[in-house]
Amino acid sequence: MLDLYNVKKTFNLGTINEKQALSGIDFYLKEGDFVTVIGGNGAGKSTMLNAIAGVWPIDEGSISIEGVNVTALPEHKRAKYIGRVFQDPMMGTAADMGIEENLALAIRRGKSRTLRWGITKEERERFHEDLKILGLGLEDRMTSKVGLLSGGQRQALTLLMATIQKPKLLLLDEHTAALDPKTAANVLELSDKIVAEHNLTTMMITHNMSDAIHHGNRIIMMNQGKIILDISGEEKKKLTKADLLQKFSEVAGVSEETDEILLS
Amino acid sequence: MNVLAYFASLDPMNFMGAIPGNVAQGLIWGIMALGVFITFRLLDFPDLTVDGSLATGGAVTVVLILAGIPSPLAIAVAVLAGVLAGLVTGLLHTALGIPGILAGILTQISLWSINLIILDGANKAVNVDKYSLIVSLRNVTESIIMVLIFAGIIISILYWYFGTEQGSAIRATGCNPNMSKAQGINIDNMKVLALCISNGLVALSGGLMAQYQGFADIKMGQGAIVIGLAAVIIGDVLGEAIFRKGMNFSIRLTFVVFGGIIYYLVIGLVMWLRMPTNMLKFLTAVIVAIFLAVPYLREKRKNSFATKSKREGQKNA
Repeated sequence: MLDLYNVKKTFNLGTINEKQALSGIDFYLKEGDFVTVIGGNGAGKSTMLNAIAGVWPIDEGSISIEGVNVTALPEHKRAKYIGRVFQDPMMGTAADMGIEENLALAIRRGKSRTLRWGITKEERERFHEDLKILGLGLEDRMTSKVGLLSGGQRQALTLLMATIQKPKLLLLDEHTAALDPKTAANVLELSDKIVAEHNLTTMMITHNMSDAIHHGNRIIMMNQGKIILDISGEEKKKLTKADLLQKFSEVAGVSEETDEILLS
Repeated sequence: MNVLAYFASLDPMNFMGAIPGNVAQGLIWGIMALGVFITFRLLDFPDLTVDGSLATGGAVTVVLILAGIPSPLAIAVAVLAGVLAGLVTGLLHTALGIPGILAGILTQISLWSINLIILDGANKAVNVDKYSLIVSLRNVTESIIMVLIFAGIIISILYWYFGTEQGSAIRATGCNPNMSKAQGINIDNMKVLALCISNGLVALSGGLMAQYQGFADIKMGQGAIVIGLAAVIIGDVLGEAIFRKGMNFSIRLTFVVFGGIIYYLVIGLVMWLRMPTNMLKFLTAVIVAIFLAVPYLREKRKNSFATKSKREGQKNA
């Protein structure tokens, strides 16, 4: 379904700040896989997601989604296949536009923007039903500006926007990191629900080890631009936080004390 | 000078008499302000092309009318010229990576030369007795009705357009470019498109203005962007004061045009008070600064450390 072959990306090439952010990633994702991505700061987690989303072109290698080679497609063309939720709740929605307008933009993801009316009556009815799933009462204030919503509400809305038109791939980039613990738990639960309901192929970056263990059917760990650990199936179900820390120190060769700081 | 004598010398009838003319001019500038509204408010792009494209619109219109082309057709060509100017700014910005404000300035400065070539000089007159014009200060009432019709049609079209999928995509691009890309919107195309529409409207306004005043002048666009901003901001502040939360998109557009009229009435007032005309641009800047500051200061009064410390002081006393 998703195929990364020898993906390399170096930032600030030829300067003193040169950093190889992705050093030859090979990665394959099956349809319906829900993989959680962990790793310390600067490990390359967000860089990998941005490479897949096409925020900038990669230096080497190839990326394909469902057999379509998207390596040369710019971000807005790849959007056809990909739904995204960002870490910053402000980033995924248009603050000056209404809730229903944001959803109307999202339901047209990957379609050309014509001179037809931007939102139809049927869509409004559908949005009303879909917003109920969020359980935030947003269905009763569909014309409100998104800028009036809280971070958690905006993140839940972004999640709905990313999935309202079923994406081939859902990318969640630490989408609960900026929320308070209770709201984060709600948004995460919602993510699980939506992913399960539509059987979405999903990648989720998180800094929370237990979230990484308890969600999804596969877990990968990154370090220095490489995937250093890949666990799925039964083995993942039995995984504990201690296991992960130990595996990390084995592979990365760092003492456990620093791992704790890096990963939690 | 005796203050009383000064006020006694001001004839209110003179001011009243100038109102229709000011309204007509304000309406024409209001159409330009609609163009500025698109870039400044919807696209969040400070487009300085307008000083050039306004004069281009006037120049093309006058030259074509003098060449015997019917004025409606001349205006249509002027709009196309404006669209081209917007296209250039858009491509300088999106294809060549030049910052928006600079891209606009570059187009504006190059249009100065182009306008001189079009006009074959610094200005050109078109006589309303010899040619049939859409508007003319010789017939103010008719002109006002004509421009009102233009403004009405344009506002309706803009209201419709920015409700379509494409128009919504332009608004989203101005509001949050990252999100727009993630939703599959080609933001470069949207920027170029909005700049084209905006400058088309500005050129239309220039074409009407040239006919109204009976000539096109190389300098007619000087400071146009500031007048446009003034109209947009005056319209916003007034609309919000009157309609509060109830201000929808069509009311917003209408108030942009009102903003143009009010701006010109204020200018009329200033002229009536016999203030030196050399100060006009200065006063325009002051008006814009005041109207830009009002929303900020009002917010600050409600929500600032200074007010906070006063209240705390009262509590402690």
